[in-house]
Amino acid sequence: MGDWIDVCDADDIEHEDVMRWDHDGRTFAIYRAPDGAVYATDGLCTHEQVHLADGMVMDHEIECPKHNGLFDYRSGAPLRAPVCEALATYPARIEGGRIQVMPDQAG
Amino acid sequence: MTKKPKVERRDYSLTGESARQAAEAGLVAAEWYHTEIPRKQMKALMARSDGPAMRDTILWAVLHVLTAAGGIYFWGSWWCVPFWIAYGVLYGSACDSRWHECGHGTAFRTRWMNDVVYHIASFQVMRNPINWRWSHARHHTDTIIVGRDAEIAWMHPVNLALKSLAYVGVVEVWRYFKAITRNAMGSLSPDEQNYTPESEWPKSIMVARIHLAIYVATALVALGMLLSGMGWASLIPFMVIGLPRIYGCWHMVMTGLLQHGGLAEDVLDHRLNSRTVYMNPISRWIYWNMNYHVEHHMFPMVPYHALPQLHEIVKHDLPEPDPSIWVAYRDMVRAILRQRREPGYYLRRDLPETARPYREDLHQAIPERATA
Ligand code: FES
Repeated sequence: MGDWIDVCDADDIEHEDVMRWDHDGRTFAIYRAPDGAVYATDGLCTHEQVHLADGMVMDHEIECPKHNGLFDYRSGAPLRAPVCEALATYPARIEGGRIQVMPDQAG
Repeated sequence: MTKKPKVERRDYSLTGESARQAAEAGLVAAEWYHTEIPRKQMKALMARSDGPAMRDTILWAVLHVLTAAGGIYFWGSWWCVPFWIAYGVLYGSACDSRWHECGHGTAFRTRWMNDVVYHIASFQVMRNPINWRWSHARHHTDTIIVGRDAEIAWMHPVNLALKSLAYVGVVEVWRYFKAITRNAMGSLSPDEQNYTPESEWPKSIMVARIHLAIYVATALVALGMLLSGMGWASLIPFMVIGLPRIYGCWHMVMTGLLQHGGLAEDVLDHRLNSRTVYMNPISRWIYWNMNYHVEHHMFPMVPYHALPQLHEIVKHDLPEPDPSIWVAYRDMVRAILRQRREPGYYLRRDLPETARPYREDLHQAIPERATA
């Protein structure tokens, strides 16, 4: 079991939005769903390594800013070409108003 | 008298020398320039809805039915001509922008709606929807990078006679039938294999077979009509399916050739290789606002109906748009004629004072084209 790492204030990310988070030489995308729940995935799209933090969150999907590839950010599943490969996901939670992620626990 | 230099033919294939040079020069999947837009504003621009595309698609479908019905009803008299002209443009030109926008998945909010319109429009525009989805992704990764981009419309030196034929689509139709037959028989060309992942090939083959089956069915109906003595009226099935790609594609070609014509190759700043043109509202409806082409390339997530708004936000950072199709053509044709003689020449538009300079540091020219 990895450690929970503090990311930011929960309010730093709007509902239905995404933010970049860099940690320990790696880059992640942290999402808030429409209901406020928090999720974390690898930051780079599996198609051509573009950062997803510039993309668009719609319901539980993240659209890549480069070619509009689509992932379900809860499971990392690819939903629309040109993405074919799943994104790694990580446990994320809100504790005391702060977002925390377990970056060593890829799902 | 010194002989005018002649531009040597570049290798536009995706598996040849240009591809190797582009990779060596760092032009592959590189970082591109884009205008800064605050995240909040960007989110509002990217927001999806079904409303505008549903309205446009219902109108598009109804106009298909009405104009085809008029063409058939008045068949045999000159009155049918305006109906077929209108039907041709709705089928053979408007299909391109629907193919494009739905391929990006930005037209509708609802995914299946994008997919349905994408497949119909792909059939009309005569493109294998699987292979072309991937070629278009490549066009966005490596826009007008020679040896990488499979959708370069102007290949130097330009053969103007051949290019003019694009307005009647004959070359493209011929290429499509060659490609779709090859795909239906179970194989993809080396270029198609280069940008389409292997896991997609079975889908590509299946869709090609469906396309061919529709054309065979159309031909059988026409043959049946001919055998039953309907004479020239047996052309009607083709007037409805297939032929509009020839007699109605002129608007698609007219607008499409402006996207990158006469501009730079092998650069990493869309302001140098793409063109924004102000157009009349009918052309913008047919073209789904793709006249805002620099904006589209910088921000492909912005749906067509928000492009005019995006344009207002970023225009301080872009070259002055061409004020009309006519002016854009005049400048493009001049540049293309010069490109036929001067290797490396491109139309470089001035930026307004409010713009950030062109990112020359991202422009890593590959070895100059040889002159002969
Ligand atoms: S880089 Fe994400 S879809 Fe292509």
